[in-house]
Amino acid sequence: MEQDVVIRLRGLRNQFGAQVIHDDLDLDVYRGEVLGVVGGSGTGKSVLLRCIAGLRPPQAGEISIFGQDALHCSESARRAIDQRMGVMFQDGALFSSLTVRENVEVPMRTVPGLSAAMRRDLADLKIAMAGLPYIAGDKYPSELSGGMRKRAGLARALALDPEIVFLDEPTAGLDPIGASAFDELIKGLSQSMGLTVFLVTHDLDTLHATCGRIAVLAEKRVMYTGTMSDMLEVDHPWVHEYFHGPRARAALDTKERIA
Amino acid sequence: MAGSVVTRDDAPERWEDPGFALEQQGEAWVLRGELTVRSLGEAMPRLLALDDGPLALNFSALKRFDTAGAWAILQLREKLHSIGHELQLQGLSPEHEALIARVEQAVPTPPEDERRRFDIRDLLAAVGQAVVGVGRFMAEILAMLGVFLARLAWLARHPSQFRLTSLVYHADQVGWRAVPIVSLMAFLIGVVLAFQGAVQLRQFGAEIFVVDLIAISILRELGILLTAIIVAGRTASSFTAAIGSMKMREEIDAMNTLAIDPATVLFVPRILALLITLPILGMVANAMGLLGGALMSWIELGISPAMFLTRLIEDTSLDHVLVGFVKAPVFAIIIGVIGCHAGMQVGGNAESLGRQTSSAVVRAIFAVILADALFSVFFAMMEI
Repeated sequence: MEQDVVIRLRGLRNQFGAQVIHDDLDLDVYRGEVLGVVGGSGTGKSVLLRCIAGLRPPQAGEISIFGQDALHCSESARRAIDQRMGVMFQDGALFSSLTVRENVEVPMRTVPGLSAAMRRDLADLKIAMAGLPYIAGDKYPSELSGGMRKRAGLARALALDPEIVFLDEPTAGLDPIGASAFDELIKGLSQSMGLTVFLVTHDLDTLHATCGRIAVLAEKRVMYTGTMSDMLEVDHPWVHEYFHGPRARAALDTKERIA
Repeated sequence: MAGSVVTRDDAPERWEDPGFALEQQGEAWVLRGELTVRSLGEAMPRLLALDDGPLALNFSALKRFDTAGAWAILQLREKLHSIGHELQLQGLSPEHEALIARVEQAVPTPPEDERRRFDIRDLLAAVGQAVVGVGRFMAEILAMLGVFLARLAWLARHPSQFRLTSLVYHADQVGWRAVPIVSLMAFLIGVVLAFQGAVQLRQFGAEIFVVDLIAISILRELGILLTAIIVAGRTASSFTAAIGSMKMREEIDAMNTLAIDPATVLFVPRILALLITLPILGMVANAMGLLGGALMSWIELGISPAMFLTRLIEDTSLDHVLVGFVKAPVFAIIIGVIGCHAGMQVGGNAESLGRQTSSAVVRAIFAVILADALFSVFFAMMEI
């Protein structure tokens, strides 16, 4: 089957002052896949996510999303691209003065013709799909636990049924049960909704459970891409340490035991 | 190509017009264009308006379909089921089916009693809650005052624990930096009083009494009251914002776990700084008010500064000055306690910080004026 590239990065360069984060970085993301992006602290995983999401222009390089140049296009074209993408920030980044339901309704307000009642029902649906109980819709973000805030952030990211969602550390700070429930949620949503998921994570269990493909950021670019078993073969010292360290072995054991 | 977002046409302009269409072909209605969140506003009423009865929808020509579309289909099916008819779905792709199944599984059922209508009981309850809220607020303010006094007494016995640097910093912030605005305000009030007094008193040939008018009203009431109002606006809000943002970011909780008492390090230096600087600011205001009054009397009425001074010293009882100054510490405590209390009421979000900050200012100004009125009644009864 021919693979449909939804995000294409070529020669991307990001730097803060003299400090170069990415240099000549290339990456393709295919439609319908769950791509896990890993890398040591400070390798610019979140910077890469912010770049693609349009929150930070790169110093050089090209980004094309859905086959369109996302850097040199009109503002309205960029907005059209943004409407087809959703971002879940690390702590949800919910609007603190709105309830969860109102938060999920915010992106829907840009859609002409949706009545308030429809928005409300759709928001309730998205909240339920993100695995939150019905009553969570009436609560304010400050009344929720960290895991629930992440789910609410996911519900908002999914509000307009985007084609791509970006997840920044979706399982960081969750307990193991909550984290694996979240893994299941991401996997289930990506399968049934045909989502393309761009997942930044440190969590090896999440990588095992959800990601079809993994991209390793190191030495200012995407060093390797491939499946989990490809990663286990790589003999780059950092990658080897990452996928063969004690935590990695534990995650692998768990997976094998379940399988 | 996977998924609900079944894309057969990737032209970006389709976002402009979702283009949903329904077309009857034989027994079935054929869906065309897209049935997504974007076309839902148009599509939903048209779907629900289809004739009641057994219905068949054909999906084979549908370009895009998402969870909102699946939800619309489920709503339609529910409506038909409730009147005993079936909804038949034709030409579904496996992705369509998976999506509908997923949405069906997720559709929440709202609790029954949720959308109760507003009635008189709610109104009564709201009034009752407001009354209880006022009582609770008074109790909390008293508790805050008690905490302040208790910590102050404790610090008197443990002077090494006292944060002098913090006190000096806050005295600079609430006192020294308020001097320009307080001076300007008092000077202008003096000018206004002299001018208005001159116009009225000239009619009786009693120009010289303008000195008494200015001296009594400024020394006794206006100097300290207006200073307190300005300080309430400046300082109560800054106390609330500073303490509230610490509360919001759990810094207060961190202090508690580190065995640092927030009252000792946050409230005492702030309220004490106000207690020290507000009388001084009041004194500055008095001086500037008299200066403004003297200047205007000289220009408008030809009362020379020397005559103004003589009249001021001979005719104005020291009682007026004392009556003014007795109020200063009370106002200082009111402003400080209300500001710190509001800061501690800030919850977890940015909006409550803003709400508490503005309500701290309103409450502090109101309380200062109320206290001033009570003082007036008291001094009148004591005949001072």
